Amino acid sequence: MKKNKKKNIKINRRELLAGTASFGAIALTTKVVNSQEANPNNLPPNVPEWTAELGTGVDANPYGMPSEFEKNVIRRNVEWLTASTESSVNFTPIQDLEGIITPNGLCFERHHGGVSIINPKDYRLMINGLVDREMIFTLDDLKRFPQTNKFYFLECAANGGMEWKGSQLNGCQYTFGMVHNVQYTGVKLSDLILETGIKPKAKWVLAEGSDSSGMTRSIPIEKILDDCMIAWAMNGEALRSEQGYPVRLVVPGWEGNMWVKWLRRLEFGDMPYMTREETSKYTDLLPDGKARMFTWVMDAKSVVTSPSPEKAILKKGVHQLRGLAWSGRGKIKRVDVSLDGGKNWETAKLHDPVLSKSLARFTLPFEWNGQELLVQSRAIDETNYVQPTIQELQKLRGVNSIYHNNSIATWKVNKDGTVDNVRLG
Amino acid sequence: MFDLVRKLTIFFIMIAIPIILHASERKFNLGKIATKTEIAGWDIDVRPDGMGAPIGSGNAIDGEEVYAEQCASCHGDFGEGLDRWPELVGGEDSLDTYDPVKTTGSYWPYASTMYDYIYRAMPFGVAQSLTHDETYRVVAYLLYMNEIIEEDFVLNDKNIGKIKMPNVEGFLLPDPRPDIANLNGKPCMKNCVSPTKIIGKARDIDVTPEDEKS
Repeated sequence: MKKNKKKNIKINRRELLAGTASFGAIALTTKVVNSQEANPNNLPPNVPEWTAELGTGVDANPYGMPSEFEKNVIRRNVEWLTASTESSVNFTPIQDLEGIITPNGLCFERHHGGVSIINPKDYRLMINGLVDREMIFTLDDLKRFPQTNKFYFLECAANGGMEWKGSQLNGCQYTFGMVHNVQYTGVKLSDLILETGIKPKAKWVLAEGSDSSGMTRSIPIEKILDDCMIAWAMNGEALRSEQGYPVRLVVPGWEGNMWVKWLRRLEFGDMPYMTREETSKYTDLLPDGKARMFTWVMDAKSVVTSPSPEKAILKKGVHQLRGLAWSGRGKIKRVDVSLDGGKNWETAKLHDPVLSKSLARFTLPFEWNGQELLVQSRAIDETNYVQPTIQELQKLRGVNSIYHNNSIATWKVNKDGTVDNVRLG
Repeated sequence: MFDLVRKLTIFFIMIAIPIILHASERKFNLGKIATKTEIAGWDIDVRPDGMGAPIGSGNAIDGEEVYAEQCASCHGDFGEGLDRWPELVGGEDSLDTYDPVKTTGSYWPYASTMYDYIYRAMPFGVAQSLTHDETYRVVAYLLYMNEIIEEDFVLNDKNIGKIKMPNVEGFLLPDPRPDIANLNGKPCMKNCVSPTKIIGKARDIDVTPEDEKS
């Protein structure tokens, strides 16, 4: 019987701290070339081993895990980026995923004080401030409110943040992987506040997490009442701990930092709270030294997930170019693909369903005969916003914004089929 | 008599009806009313105007000891930031340069936010362990190190909302996006003008993590 291998990952912070500098010098890309040769005994006309013998029975894995041959499909981090894994980020392996749904275990993580482990019996949500009734809800209380189920993408505002000054990281995962897309189950805040009432002076809501960072963000009341929700489930099961179990805030189309995990409190007030995360962080520095603040919406963006630096082209002939597109302002309307660095474009096929503020999947067949390609994709959303080039963003915002880089990336397919993240100029 | 009727009518129109209309009914009868004690324990945020600042005080002279014990192991003796832990001091006149240094002195717009964040999240991994006085002291110390207040200035709940930070005017509202050219959904499709010279390669920068070979 095959054993399901579980990797027990232990965090050794000191080791990581000591190693941060040297990690920066580690060589080259995660070029995943499938070099494993097939076993001829398993190929026609032979009877393969898995046919000749019984497989494992039911309950071998009470909670099923991916095939052991998919071990490379994992979240990855860039250790030199941050001082500790508890206040850090890893990336969704979008280059290995199909369709539009991100499996729960692959949704990228961004924590500011590590993952809180909360017994749902100990969970409480407090609502206070400018409400008619300051109240406390248990998880069971929340689940008795009218329910809503919605697909939404969540993207970190810093996705692609390392690429402002030039192409730095040679991976689709590392440059676009701070995004995931799941179906949330929860209660709309516009329903929840029917229980507390809100005072006319309430214009802002402070959302506060119960994790060790006590994450806090201010959200305008219009957004709260429009489509924000409190979610306890993702893709049909309870939230994963690293995504805020038992309860997180959902702020559709807006930067991921606002989707407060392990949510413990909503305070209604008459002005923004100007927390650390909306002043010192998540503000976009411009060349003149001024910084944009409250830049919440995630503008339209797309990426070719294959071919990409992790997805070399292995054979000549026909291939399916695959990619993802999304917009915080609504639905994706169209995605164009260029194979010559943006000179000529062709419209890709958008696959159903195309949902508002959700990832959309596109594909385009292409022939490869060993020639160099400069692969790009360009999203257009239902507001007719067209995904910009990096030059256009740099002209307006310089190179020190960190956040909100939604520019078109370029993958150079080399003559040997390997793929590079390059900057055109 | 008429006077009484008139007064009652005015009372209902001006006072009673608005109260009845405003005090919304609970719709689902779920959850419980929070007590003052419960709220006091969790409502720890401090706003820019100082609202929410707990009673307490401290100056930079006393703050140096708190800083040395609780903060310096990550942020450095002079707030310079060790390893990749954040810098807290300096960075003035750097925001419009190629390598901006964003510290509490050069970037943070409000002292209240410093109090709020340090109390709720610091020291890293020992959240909400400082006393209110210790928090005021360490905020005062950082303000002093950034030459915003004098060493003996006593920071407290009454004046924390009045500290003028150097970069308070450094933030722009509202969000001007979409800030790019409006192509109205119709970008160029054929023979477009586009840079095609490769000016940089991530492979050459060579900082991408590599999977362990199995």
